[in-house]
Amino acid sequence: MERNPIRRQLAIMRQSLFDQGHVDEQFVQLEELQDDANPNFVEEVVTLYYRDSARIILNIEQALERKPFDFRKLDAYMHQFKGSSSSIGAKKVKAESTLFRECCKSGNGEGCMRSFQQLKKEYATLRKKFGAYFQLARQAGPVETASRPK
Amino acid sequence: MGNMATQTRFHVLAVDDSLIDRKLIERLLKTSSYQVTAVDSGSKALEFLGLNGENEDEERNSSVESVSAADEDHQVGVNLIITDYCMPGMTGYDLLRKIKQSSSFKDIPVVIMSSENIPSRINRCLEDGAEEFFLKPVKLSDVNKLRPHLMKGITTKNEMQSNTNKRKGSEEIQSPDRTRPRYNELEVV
Repeated sequence: MERNPIRRQLAIMRQSLFDQGHVDEQFVQLEELQDDANPNFVEEVVTLYYRDSARIILNIEQALERKPFDFRKLDAYMHQFKGSSSSIGAKKVKAESTLFRECCKSGNGEGCMRSFQQLKKEYATLRKKFGAYFQLARQAGPVETASRPK
Repeated sequence: MGNMATQTRFHVLAVDDSLIDRKLIERLLKTSSYQVTAVDSGSKALEFLGLNGENEDEERNSSVESVSAADEDHQVGVNLIITDYCMPGMTGYDLLRKIKQSSSFKDIPVVIMSSENIPSRINRCLEDGAEEFFLKPVKLSDVNKLRPHLMKGITTKNEMQSNTNKRKGSEEIQSPDRTRPRYNELEVV
């Protein structure tokens, strides 16, 4: 149990990300790639994700404004988006991406729109949670890794 | 052989059109102490290797190819290629085929990554020469599987070196397979 109150709060926030299903095991993989030489790796990847995926979200939004829907294109965009989301361990976002793709495959336009709305909500929620988490992490300062084997 | 492994770091060429996945694979590989070059397409990968992909006819360019193949110092020095399957333009599979068709680079181990678990796709890649097929997201445990393929490359290089030396020494070196048919022909006569 963390003695430092900030670290304790950080640990609680981190646990809640998992408990609420926002992130999965892949997030742990990212954490394991963080070390003294790359102390902000997780935040860097997540930041890069939000920057990169904003482009895809915009593409999908624009594609959904063109009727009839080009399901093949929509599916291709979502394939990309799902891949990135999966790589950072964004569990709920990834799940919603899968649903969207299923709607594309069955030509379900209504389903696509609903799923996309839900996806954007999850995406925004997670961004807020990550924002708070990394801000606190920066306050907490670098973890002492003297005891960690290299 | 031991010297080579400790003095020179293995150089991995990573190919992926996704910015996130490039960052990830780069970190995974660097964590394992590999030198990494990451590119965003199959054509950039071929460009990096010095294969511009248009020269399918190896014969026509044999003078150029044989110089780069024989002179190891001038080769770009890639020990393994790890590539995403789904990429616009040239897929990872197309890249695999081009590598395996190249006389200079066919012995470089190629590993394919994909977010989709499609058995027919996996089998096709493995049958056409891929050493491994990793499902994305790629983990550290996957990257740990690369080492034996890289170590094999050192042995092959050493063997190739000694074969080259033998060839220089004598014209008569034939593989055992070549001598067998000749023997059979004699018997028939």
